[in-house]
Amino acid sequence: MALKATLTRMSLPDHGFASVLRPTPGGLWCPEGDFYIDPPRPVARAVITHGHADHARAGHGAVLATPETLAIMGERYGADFAGRTQALTYGERLKVGGVEVSLAPAGHVLGSAQATVRHGGLTITASGDYKRRRDPTCAAFEPVPSDVFITEATFGLPVFRHPPDTQEIGRLLRSVQQFPERAHLVGAYALGKAQRVIRLLREAGYDETIYVHGALERLNRLYEHFGVDLGPLAPATGSKADFAGRIVIAPPSAIADRCSRRFPDPVTAFASGWMSVRARVRQRGVELPLILSDHADWDELTATLTELSPQEIWITHGRDDALRRWAELEGLTARALHLVGYEDEDDD
Amino acid sequence: MRAFAALLDRLSFTASRNAKLRLIRDHLADAPDPDRGWALAALTGALSFTAAKPAMIRQAVEARVDAELFRLSYDYVGDLAETAALIWPARHGANREPELSEVIDTLNTAKRGEVQGLLEGWLDALDADGRWALLKLVTGGLRVGVSARLAWQAAADFGGVEVADIQEVWHAQTPPYADLLAWLDGKTERPSAMAHGRFRPVMLAQPIDEAIDLPRLDPAAYAAEWKWDGIRVQAVSEGGVKRLYSRTGEDVSGAFPDVLAALNYEGAIDGELLVLRDGRVAPFGDLQQRLNRKTAEAKLIASHPAGIRAYDLLAAEGEDLRALPFAERRARLEAFVAAIGSDRIDLSPLVPFETWKGLAARRAEPPPGDPQSAEGLMLKRLDSVYEAGRPKGPWFKWKRDPHLIDAVLMYAQRGHGKRSSFYSDYTFGVWTEDADGIHVLTPVGKAYFGFTDEELKQLDKFVRDHTVERFGPVRSVTATREFGLVLEVAFEGLQRSKRHKSGVAMRFPRISRIRWDKPAKEADELATLERMLD
Ligand SMILES: [Zn+2]
Ligand SMILES: [Zn+2]
Repeated sequence: MALKATLTRMSLPDHGFASVLRPTPGGLWCPEGDFYIDPPRPVARAVITHGHADHARAGHGAVLATPETLAIMGERYGADFAGRTQALTYGERLKVGGVEVSLAPAGHVLGSAQATVRHGGLTITASGDYKRRRDPTCAAFEPVPSDVFITEATFGLPVFRHPPDTQEIGRLLRSVQQFPERAHLVGAYALGKAQRVIRLLREAGYDETIYVHGALERLNRLYEHFGVDLGPLAPATGSKADFAGRIVIAPPSAIADRCSRRFPDPVTAFASGWMSVRARVRQRGVELPLILSDHADWDELTATLTELSPQEIWITHGRDDALRRWAELEGLTARALHLVGYEDEDDD
Repeated sequence: MRAFAALLDRLSFTASRNAKLRLIRDHLADAPDPDRGWALAALTGALSFTAAKPAMIRQAVEARVDAELFRLSYDYVGDLAETAALIWPARHGANREPELSEVIDTLNTAKRGEVQGLLEGWLDALDADGRWALLKLVTGGLRVGVSARLAWQAAADFGGVEVADIQEVWHAQTPPYADLLAWLDGKTERPSAMAHGRFRPVMLAQPIDEAIDLPRLDPAAYAAEWKWDGIRVQAVSEGGVKRLYSRTGEDVSGAFPDVLAALNYEGAIDGELLVLRDGRVAPFGDLQQRLNRKTAEAKLIASHPAGIRAYDLLAAEGEDLRALPFAERRARLEAFVAAIGSDRIDLSPLVPFETWKGLAARRAEPPPGDPQSAEGLMLKRLDSVYEAGRPKGPWFKWKRDPHLIDAVLMYAQRGHGKRSSFYSDYTFGVWTEDADGIHVLTPVGKAYFGFTDEELKQLDKFVRDHTVERFGPVRSVTATREFGLVLEVAFEGLQRSKRHKSGVAMRFPRISRIRWDKPAKEADELATLERMLD
């Protein structure tokens, strides 16, 4: 009852969109299908766009997601992470209550999906987190024509223009050459970023053993299981001297702490979209910033919105102010949903 | 431009001195001429462009980007040049990317009205890193934590020569240093160092360890003189070229036109820059008011007249004296200074003594007058040649107050009451080596007085300009081997302390002087403090 009262007080989108999908304090909710998309707290029924912790939480009654996302959740939370699970492959359509649900690739991480809900001639797509550039570790984003397109805006400022991946990987490899006596410790988020960095290194012709922090091992195996070849990997254990001239991949939290002391005078690198802003680099004490993001940059966000030109743009999280300003200049309707609970894994 | 931009980018995030040296050295090896020479010029501060003003950059951006989006972005990024570099919209099919040398040559000959158009064309052609480097270069804001000295060291590493060799010839060379680089490449002989008005690498003294050094030194072999409380300088006047250099070779002539005008001789004097009133040394604070100014105002020059107290003579009438023993140079110096006959240049007198004990007494209780404002004594072996660097043995410094150390500012905290708007409580540290043999600062104390209101404002500004991190009311400031603010801290006593990470605790510490002139890496070591414990 309390929830209902709150709902009626919130300003709801009109055009009947609210019967398909609406923002609530508990997350994006579909009244006709009675499920939430990426809810921040346990609910009876959830559609999960991708495996990042702020989108995929444990403890839901039932979860609908891609097979890869279900596998990732199982790996992270244990097999009993939800009461029931149901896999939905990209492009498949499923009736849920009075609505039809389908998933399309979001290009964000392995298994990441945009969730499209159709009802009464209206189509709303919740894109979760996404990017548009090629990623060798996951399926490329597919635009879904929609009346409402729900977008993130993590890098929703025109100062964020991620350079080509090859350029950033090139900088890392050049540094390894230039400092052969030092270890290169690359901070990369455990799900998605780490595997992408490894895969990009392989594509750049780096076929040496890459050392990985223990926290990444299981997800690496899972990626390999889904057909992403990561090449020779080894755990980052051993004596200091073993790591001279080597690349070590670790979760972001590990590059700052004492664990980095195990390596010989390490060059600390960090693969994140935030690394284009110098103050952020300094704040983290990073020596070699690598601008590699799994989120759309400004150009990708605006190109996507232009391409889809939906009736309404809803912005879940990030810099909604700047993106709304852009939409206004372009004559598009955009509103900020101010959904809470989404952090940015790049910032981890 | 791409390679130069990548170098600046990398340098700006690299703390380790060795890594910086490697980056610059490799750039000198890889980049073509004349770009690498211009890069060296940029890093040593030999280039200064001020053609582009911030307003010009802002205007160029706002012509391309919505003002509101620019404002939101600038708010987030916090730096105008960086925001402009990042937000500048790509123009496909834009001009070919300009080389560094092209940018510099063009700017050097451009008319005022042409600068904006040139800049916009280059911004269109460059990527974000290139745009950042360009904007930093043309606005004169190239701060990447590299001192001229570090760049010289890298050039020395690249050529396999001593840094003193580079310094020796440096001021005879002009950007883009074709002759210098050809020599470092091993293709030609060392270029001429005979330029008029050039800098000679300075000789520095080791701190003396009374317990270890004094017993094995023969007092008859040494001369003693006061160590004046000013700034060590080299005053050169040759063939009409007059220059005043700091001890690291930076040209500080601009701030001291009064001193420069008094350099009416043919030679190079090593001395102490002081504010001198009627031949008397004024407090260091008076000199400080004249420092850190690119140009001097007439009023300040009149109220704070500067002069030089001469220690040594490095060249006279075209003759290089540095290979002569100190005793001989000293005799030449005395005659030289007398011949100049200026009240701006006087002689630092020798302090006569027979025994170390006798000298220690004079050091502890200097006679009335100037010596009481001296920092302590210098001991110079009579036969010592003038040798670049800090050789062990020939020269020692023997500071007067044993409870005086040079520490580096690490943290600052907001004060209370009427000082609550200032960062007025300072935590400072000294150097020690960590388990990996890397120099790190360890905090040794905290002080919140000893400075004037004027100095408080300067300190507060320094803290705000160089904040690294904030923790509530506390800010950490940049404090590395390459960059940091040295504070001379006076204290009454020192005790062992388990509570302090450094293992020592100071009694009654206060800031006795702000050493704007002193490189951070020359602050004291923890070992010096530990020796004071007994
Ligand atoms: Zn995500
Ligand atoms: Zn997210």
